[in-house]
Amino acid sequence: MDILVVLKMVPDIVEELTLAADGTGLDRDQVRMILSELDDRALEEALLLKERHGGNVTALALDAPDLDEALFAALAKGADRAVKVTGAGEGPSTRRAATVLGQVLEREESLKPVDLILTGVQAIDDLDGLLAPLLASLLGLPFLGVVIQVSVDGSARKAMATKECPNGFQARFEVDLPAVLGIQSAEKTPRYVPVGKLRAAMKSRTIELLPASPAGEAALAASELLEMEKPEEAVQAEFLEGSPEEVSEKLCEILSGRSLM
Amino acid sequence: MVAEQWRGGISEVTHEALALGRELADASHAKLTAVLLGSGGGDRAELLGDADLVLCLDHPSLDEFVPAVYAEALSPLVAGREPRCVLIPLTNLSMGLETLLSVRIGAPAVTFCRDLQIVDGRLQARCVVYGGKLEATLQVSGPTAVLGLLPGVRPAAAGTGTRKVEVEVIPVSLPEALKVRFKEHVEPEAGDVDITHQDALVAVGRGLMDEENLPAAEELAKLLGGAVCGSRPTIDQGWLPLSRQVGKSGYTVKPKLYLALGISGAPEHTEGMRGAGLIVAVNMDRQAPIFQVAHYGIVADVLDLMPALAAAIESRKDAAGHG
Repeated sequence: MDILVVLKMVPDIVEELTLAADGTGLDRDQVRMILSELDDRALEEALLLKERHGGNVTALALDAPDLDEALFAALAKGADRAVKVTGAGEGPSTRRAATVLGQVLEREESLKPVDLILTGVQAIDDLDGLLAPLLASLLGLPFLGVVIQVSVDGSARKAMATKECPNGFQARFEVDLPAVLGIQSAEKTPRYVPVGKLRAAMKSRTIELLPASPAGEAALAASELLEMEKPEEAVQAEFLEGSPEEVSEKLCEILSGRSLM
Repeated sequence: MVAEQWRGGISEVTHEALALGRELADASHAKLTAVLLGSGGGDRAELLGDADLVLCLDHPSLDEFVPAVYAEALSPLVAGREPRCVLIPLTNLSMGLETLLSVRIGAPAVTFCRDLQIVDGRLQARCVVYGGKLEATLQVSGPTAVLGLLPGVRPAAAGTGTRKVEVEVIPVSLPEALKVRFKEHVEPEAGDVDITHQDALVAVGRGLMDEENLPAAEELAKLLGGAVCGSRPTIDQGWLPLSRQVGKSGYTVKPKLYLALGISGAPEHTEGMRGAGLIVAVNMDRQAPIFQVAHYGIVADVLDLMPALAAAIESRKDAAGHG
C-alpha cells in the first residue's frame, strides 16, 4: 500500500491579513503560513491506513514558507518520505500547483507506484478549482471528494470510501485504485507531535528535493484575477457594547421583547 | 445550470442558482438551460420553471450524485452546446464536479462564487477566499467557464417559478465499468436531540476553547429552552456528536433564536444557520464574518459572557416568578 499525501501551506487566517500593494493577493511577507487543516487530516488518514495495511506514506508538497517544519512534522508522525518540489513560484494558483505536481508524479520513477493519493478536499485559497480533482484529471485517475473514511482491499485493488452527504447522511462508494481522494476528515483527530520528536526528526531525517518541470504549454485554462479586497463592511449586526454584565442585560431586553425567553 | 437532487427532491441550492441564472440570462439576452441528471428526471422538470429549457440526462447510473460520473455525462453535452457558463451549486454532494468538468472541456473553473455579475458586458465572479476574510473578483474567461456557487447566492424563493418549460430527454452513454461506484447511504444515528426542531439553539465554536466549557453553554441552552449545537471544529474535536453539527457537512437549522458563541462564521457554517429568526453572535474579533449574518453582535470572550448571560436570564426568571 503506497500512499501519497499532498500537503499545502496556506495563510493562517487567525492573523490579520494584509493585502499586497497591487491588490491581487496577500502581502506574502506579512502572513504566517500553516499547513492546510484538511491536508493535515489527509495525512492522518494516510497514517491510519499505513498502520492497518502496512506500506509507505510519502508527503509531497510545493515549496512554500515554513513548509520544512510541516514536512518534518509529517516524518515525525510516521511518514516514510518527505518530498519538496522547488521552483514552482510563490503562491501558485491551484491549477498551476496541480500541473506542476502532476508533471512531477508522471516523471519521477522514485514516486511510483502509488495506490492512493490523498489531499484535503479544499483549501482556503482555492479559486480556480480544487487540487484533488485537478490531479485526478491530469493523471487520469478516479476521484471522490468530501471523504471521511477509507478502507482498502489491497488485493482487489479497491478502496471503500465514505463521504458526507446533506443532513447527516453518509454515502459509501467503491473506488478502483489507484485513485485520488479529497479528504474532509480523518477517522481520528490528527495526531500531535511533541516538540522533542519534531526536533529529532529535524536532526535525523532529510527532506528530498525535486525540481519542478519547466513551465511549458501544459497550462490549463484560467480566469483573470482582477482584485482581492476585504469584504465590504456589510456588517449587519448591531453591536451591543459594554461589560459582559451590561451586554447580557441588553440582550435579555431584546430576547424578552421578542418573547424568546 | 446543473440541478442538484437529494433523495428524490430538488435541493434548495438549485433554486438559488436558478434565480441567479435567470438574472444573468435576462441581462445578457441569453437562454437559461437547467440540466437534471438521473432516471425519470422529466417528472421533476416542472419544478425548474425559471429555466427556458430543461435537459434530462436519463441514465440509472446518474441517480446518485457522483461527481466523477456526472462529469463524464455532462462533458459531451457542455462541449457540444458551448454555453457561456455552467453554474454548479457547490455542496458536499457536488464538490469536485466543477473542477473535473472544467478540465474535461478545457475551460476555466471558478470556485466559491458568492455572486456573478455582468460588468460592461463581461462576466465577473466574486469569490470568497481565506475563510471569508477576503473576497476576490475575477474576470471569467470564455468561451465557456464552469462556476461553482456557494449556497445563498440568491434567495431560493426567487428561483421557484413553475412556468411550463420545454423539456428534452437526452439519452446518455456511460462506460459499463465505472471506476467510482455508489454502494449505499448510511442514515444519521438517531436518538440524540433533533437540532432542526428547536426554537432556540446555542451554537459553540472554536472560541469555546475547551470541552470543559461546554456545560456553561448547555446551561444557557437550558435557560433558553433549547439545545446546544456546534460548528465543524467542535465536532472534529469530539466535544459534540455529529448530530449536533450545523453547516455544510451537518444540518441546516432555522430556530427562532440562534446564539453563536465563539464561531467565526466561515461560509460552510453560515449556510446552515442564516435562515434563523434572530441571530446573536459573540466573538472576540469584531471583523469576524459571523457579524455579517448576525442581527446583534457582542465583541467579548464567550467564557466571560456565558456566566454573565446565564445570571441575567436567571434573575429575570426569578423576578418574573416572584412577580
